[in-house]
Amino acid sequence: MLSIIVFLPAIVAALLLFVPRKRVRLFPWIWVATSAVDLALIIVAWTGYIVGTGTGFGYEENVRWLPMLGSGYHIAVDGFSLPIVALTGVLFLACAVYSLREQRRTRSWVILFLFLQTVSLGLFVSLDLLVFFVFFDLSIVAMYFIIAGWGHPGAARAALQFFLYTFVGSLALLLGFIGLYLASTPHTFDMVQLVHQDPLKGDPVVAGIILFAISLGLAVKTPTVPFHTWLPPAHTEAPTAGSVILAGILLKMGTYGFVRIAMPILPQAWRDYALVFVIVGVVSVLYGALVALAQTNLKRMIAYTSVNHMGYIILGLGAAGLATGSNVQASALAVSGAVTQMVSHGLLTGALFLLAGVLYARGGTYDIGAYGGLAKTVPVFTGLMAVAVFGSLGLPGFSGFIAEFQIFTGSLGSAPVPTALSVIGIVITAALLLRMFQRIFLGAGQRSHDEAPPAPQASMKDVFSREFFAVAPLLALSVVIGILPAFLLHVIDPAARALVALVGG
Amino acid sequence: MNGMQSGQEIDLTAFVPEIAIAVTAVLGLLAGSWLPRYRQWVVRALALLGILVAVIATIISMTRAPEATAAGSYTIDVSLNAARLAILVGTAIVIGLASGSIAAAKRESEFHVLLLLAALGTIVLAGATDLLVLAAGYLLASVPLYALVGFAKDRLGTEATLKYYLMGALFGLLLLAGVVLLLATGGSTVYSELSRSLPRGPTAVVATGMLMLTAGLLFKAGSVPAHFWVPDAIDGATPPIAAFIATVPKIGALVALFRISTDAFANVPLDWSLMLALLAAATMTLGNLAAFFQRTVRRLLAYSTISQVGYLMMIIAAYGHPTRALPSLLYYLLAYTVTNLGAFAVVAAFASRRGVDDYRGLFRRHRWVALSLIVCLLGLVGTPPTAVFVGKLTAFTAALDAGMGWLVILAAANTVASVFYYLRWIFVLFQRDHVGPEASEPSGPTGMPRTEAASIILAVALGVTSIVVGLVANPVLELLSSSK
Repeated sequence: MLSIIVFLPAIVAALLLFVPRKRVRLFPWIWVATSAVDLALIIVAWTGYIVGTGTGFGYEENVRWLPMLGSGYHIAVDGFSLPIVALTGVLFLACAVYSLREQRRTRSWVILFLFLQTVSLGLFVSLDLLVFFVFFDLSIVAMYFIIAGWGHPGAARAALQFFLYTFVGSLALLLGFIGLYLASTPHTFDMVQLVHQDPLKGDPVVAGIILFAISLGLAVKTPTVPFHTWLPPAHTEAPTAGSVILAGILLKMGTYGFVRIAMPILPQAWRDYALVFVIVGVVSVLYGALVALAQTNLKRMIAYTSVNHMGYIILGLGAAGLATGSNVQASALAVSGAVTQMVSHGLLTGALFLLAGVLYARGGTYDIGAYGGLAKTVPVFTGLMAVAVFGSLGLPGFSGFIAEFQIFTGSLGSAPVPTALSVIGIVITAALLLRMFQRIFLGAGQRSHDEAPPAPQASMKDVFSREFFAVAPLLALSVVIGILPAFLLHVIDPAARALVALVGG
Repeated sequence: MNGMQSGQEIDLTAFVPEIAIAVTAVLGLLAGSWLPRYRQWVVRALALLGILVAVIATIISMTRAPEATAAGSYTIDVSLNAARLAILVGTAIVIGLASGSIAAAKRESEFHVLLLLAALGTIVLAGATDLLVLAAGYLLASVPLYALVGFAKDRLGTEATLKYYLMGALFGLLLLAGVVLLLATGGSTVYSELSRSLPRGPTAVVATGMLMLTAGLLFKAGSVPAHFWVPDAIDGATPPIAAFIATVPKIGALVALFRISTDAFANVPLDWSLMLALLAAATMTLGNLAAFFQRTVRRLLAYSTISQVGYLMMIIAAYGHPTRALPSLLYYLLAYTVTNLGAFAVVAAFASRRGVDDYRGLFRRHRWVALSLIVCLLGLVGTPPTAVFVGKLTAFTAALDAGMGWLVILAAANTVASVFYYLRWIFVLFQRDHVGPEASEPSGPTGMPRTEAASIILAVALGVTSIVVGLVANPVLELLSSSK
């Protein structure tokens, strides 16, 4: 079941390679159909998981793949992976709908995205370090081609930068994995066995080195300050759907790696260095927000808010490592909030990037200053953007609020000062998102009376139906999570408790 | 050497692969002298037949227990059998790559005979457990290649031959001098006896002998400091020969280096592992740095092979843990053979495109070849799930286990650096070609650029093989660590 969900897109992609070129108009529709079927399967799996145990691993598959190297094709879903898997299904479907009019090299475009969907799903369900690494590396390759092949003029450079940075991260990750493998007896790459063995319990030095290597790899991917410098150019130059997947899915690979690998396998080291993660989290929150405040390019601004949002996740996870005594129960809330934040950020930032793409398709620029007073000409677009902005700044009623509220509540007891500091981040983010909204949509129309020719705003068309149906479901889901979070939190909660039981002192 | 009986009598059945190649070479030479030019394909068929027989004999040999034969001077074990397979299959692929350009050429049979002899010499290198056999293998593996590099008799090829020959002669001399020194201090040429006697000899002389002997092997492997010939020879030779010298001799040389390190040098009171680790570090770093600035694909691949040898040397430096290092080395060599030949097959298919920029727009015109090239290049980077990824994974594991964390980190840094130049080549595949290479490319009757059909098929097949070998790495690794 789970393997079908993971490999369905790749199988379709492989078949598409053989379809003759003149049928190329069908390709986007095939993509939509494939993603829809995959999402339906994910929903079935989710239902089955709740109806079943609702805790632990479901749909487990464990095939001997490389027993010589202590590695197997071991996959399953649990409370951490299931929400992210579902998010992956939703976002790829949204991108498929959005890309229905993609004209440039449609065949390669569709095949690459289908391949990337398999890679993303595979990463989130893998319970073996090598399988995880295989998908981690392939996600870099696929995203490189998407940015380099369909990006804006500076894409080649940005794509190379993206590749090199995250590839450094992936090699650090690999070295960390090999370190875990060598430390375990019997030697294994299997995460469940490694958690069970806790191989580095008595060796804090080696555990610290390995945690450093793994965290370096994951932090580059997340990205946190100071490893975030690849992110803004990659986002700015990437095509819209590429940005959505990069922000919505690929960044989650980093944060997901922390809850799946770094925390449970190296619990003692995580406790020892939790303060480092808390600090990195807070710095990312504040730095991301402040730099975003200074941006005039819409996509760069959203990219920096991603750094800010990822910072909350790292903060919550770090605080879980600091928790002692009565705070341990609360820290389960922080972990649960971190996972909710992953989902929420995927939905809202995905929507924001899609809307930025919509704007670019009309105005030809991401420069915020080039627009003004759009609310009159494009009301539906304005409405969508308003919802996305309010969701993203953490207004109650949206998923972002649920996530950030949990993170702050859960972290306050064990890390009061950093948590208080990071609340400032919320204020800054709110200010910058509202300012952006105000400049583009409100005001007296064409504000730029200097030399720059204003975008053709009078003739600007409102959102097309494919754009609407790509964005609206993401926002609707965010609202559903914001109002009825129980269906999501009930799945995450047992996993968060189990993790805290391992990590909590 | 436990578990092996040193046969004093030579069991000829154990040598079937070597004999098959030698006999085929002689027959090919004889047949080639009598056949008219348009029937020289017979020699090619004969060569492939001989290789097929040798491969079958090797597979049969894999089922037998390892043995040291010919008074301990030649050891038939999993290392030799893996090297035999890689060398034979590699040679067959090179014959396939050459089939388009060499068919009915003036000296087709000589080409194939020389190729077979070079392969035979390389196999002997891999199996030798006696210094004299090693020296003989070195010469047999080198001399035919000098002729082959200059086979086209053009300006570049002649220059390349000269450089290759001069370097080869120099390092051959060093190797022979090393043999003499080790014989003088160890009193024998057989590895098993040397491992007992060398530790008692004067350390300075023994160390000099070891270094000189190793220098010869480093030349064959194309490793620093004996790497200067690699780019010139690969650039000057025809693509099939370039593919051969970039791949096949390294197999024999590296297996020989591993064997001599474990069997003969292990007990010498020197940090031999550190010496090899330093060589590995220098090789991978220099190869990568030089590859940065290459504008032609052959020189780029030439420097890439140097850096790959650096990673392979890293495994050899971990020879102290043979249960991990040996399967890793053999697997990496197999993976490298497939992947590197895949990249060279693309070069052979588009022999007239020399610069990286000439590959502009290849993806639009030859989708499958371009995909295969991408797989092979990313494979050389070590991207999963290709074969070289598993090779690199086991290499890193072996080196970390041997306590060489610094070398592993350097190797990782080098891997990242290598992405830079491999990606540059991959990137141009997707660019639109403004000035098509047709202007410089000789056109066939259909007006399409003339390409080598056999090379294209081989390129795609090798790309697929590279992924398949990576995905089913387990049985291969099991086979390679079965004995020893």
